[in-house]
Amino acid sequence: MSVLVRIPTPLRPLAGGQSELSEEGQSVKEILDNLISRFPAMRERMMDESGELRRFINIYVNEEDIRFREGVSTPLSSGDEVSIIPAIAGGA
Amino acid sequence: MSQGIAKPVKEMSEDQITRYGRHIILKEVGGVGQRTLLGSSVLIIGAGGLGSPVALYLAAAGVGRIGLVDLDTVDMSNLQRQIIHSTETVGVPKVLSAKKTMNNLNPDIEVICHQERLTAENALDLFSGYDVIVDGSDNFGTRYVVNDAAYFLKKPLVSGSILRFEGQVIAIRGYMDTPCYRCLYPEAPPPGLVPSCSEAGVLGVLAGTIGTLQAAEVVKLLLGIGEPLSDRLLLYDALSMDFRRVRVPKDPGCKLCGPKATIHSVTGSTDVICAI
Repeated sequence: MSVLVRIPTPLRPLAGGQSELSEEGQSVKEILDNLISRFPAMRERMMDESGELRRFINIYVNEEDIRFREGVSTPLSSGDEVSIIPAIAGGA
Repeated sequence: MSQGIAKPVKEMSEDQITRYGRHIILKEVGGVGQRTLLGSSVLIIGAGGLGSPVALYLAAAGVGRIGLVDLDTVDMSNLQRQIIHSTETVGVPKVLSAKKTMNNLNPDIEVICHQERLTAENALDLFSGYDVIVDGSDNFGTRYVVNDAAYFLKKPLVSGSILRFEGQVIAIRGYMDTPCYRCLYPEAPPPGLVPSCSEAGVLGVLAGTIGTLQAAEVVKLLLGIGEPLSDRLLLYDALSMDFRRVRVPKDPGCKLCGPKATIHSVTGSTDVICAI
């Protein structure tokens, strides 16, 4: 099943400069695994040493934060949009 | 009409009625709303990219007392986006440079300069004299200190952030049944993992877009009108001109505003530690 993955600007250089791409997967975890196997440099930015999603990066399926659903096990349906949203702190 | 946060001033002069006429004819604002703005106070953390449009629009709107917190002086490299400053104020403390521009725009308002760095030690004192807090800071440490101090004092906080071509805005009232900044992002990134604007760049006008959205949220909160962006995070991508909102629930496990909170005072460093 194919879903649209939105890549935020801080991570785009690690994803070949793409802002959106299509990934195959039944769950958020499968999408992340596939994404990282295509772009291995994304692993360090997104995952901590124990392989958990870093706590300043949120992942939304459509409008919903996966932390408040089933985490990376959150299932996906065809046509879903997966957004990776990191905390940013710039303001000056 | 909804209740504003502050007490309205008693009356407006003829000049004020002329100056604020376009507000006064809005039924959601009206004479009472404008007098409420004149009786309101807002503290802006950072007189930089985001602070510039926030300060200018709140000054123009007649927010009666506006505080600015910033230790820095104006640098030539700021002027690509920090439009409250000018070439002639390079080298001048930012709070003084901003005050001059704001009072040129509107001599009706009081601008209070706090030329200091916000810290865990001074945050509660600084915040206690204001109705609404605006975060336009440039580092994660400050963002958590701002969030925590605003929570303990039960002050609404309008948070904005920018990097490269993307920005985020949220109105935070963690003391109510809506999330705080820690519900949204439980932990700051480790140093070195997220670039700062000075390292990664930022589109100048992005600061204007996000700061202006923050100013709109502040005015709504002060007047008690509309729906504050309290349980949604607004995301803006200037390259695709895409505005989106995602839902932000209150986190029952939040260390600050959850039922088993472990944070009971304002602590933490506000030093800039981002480097990549």
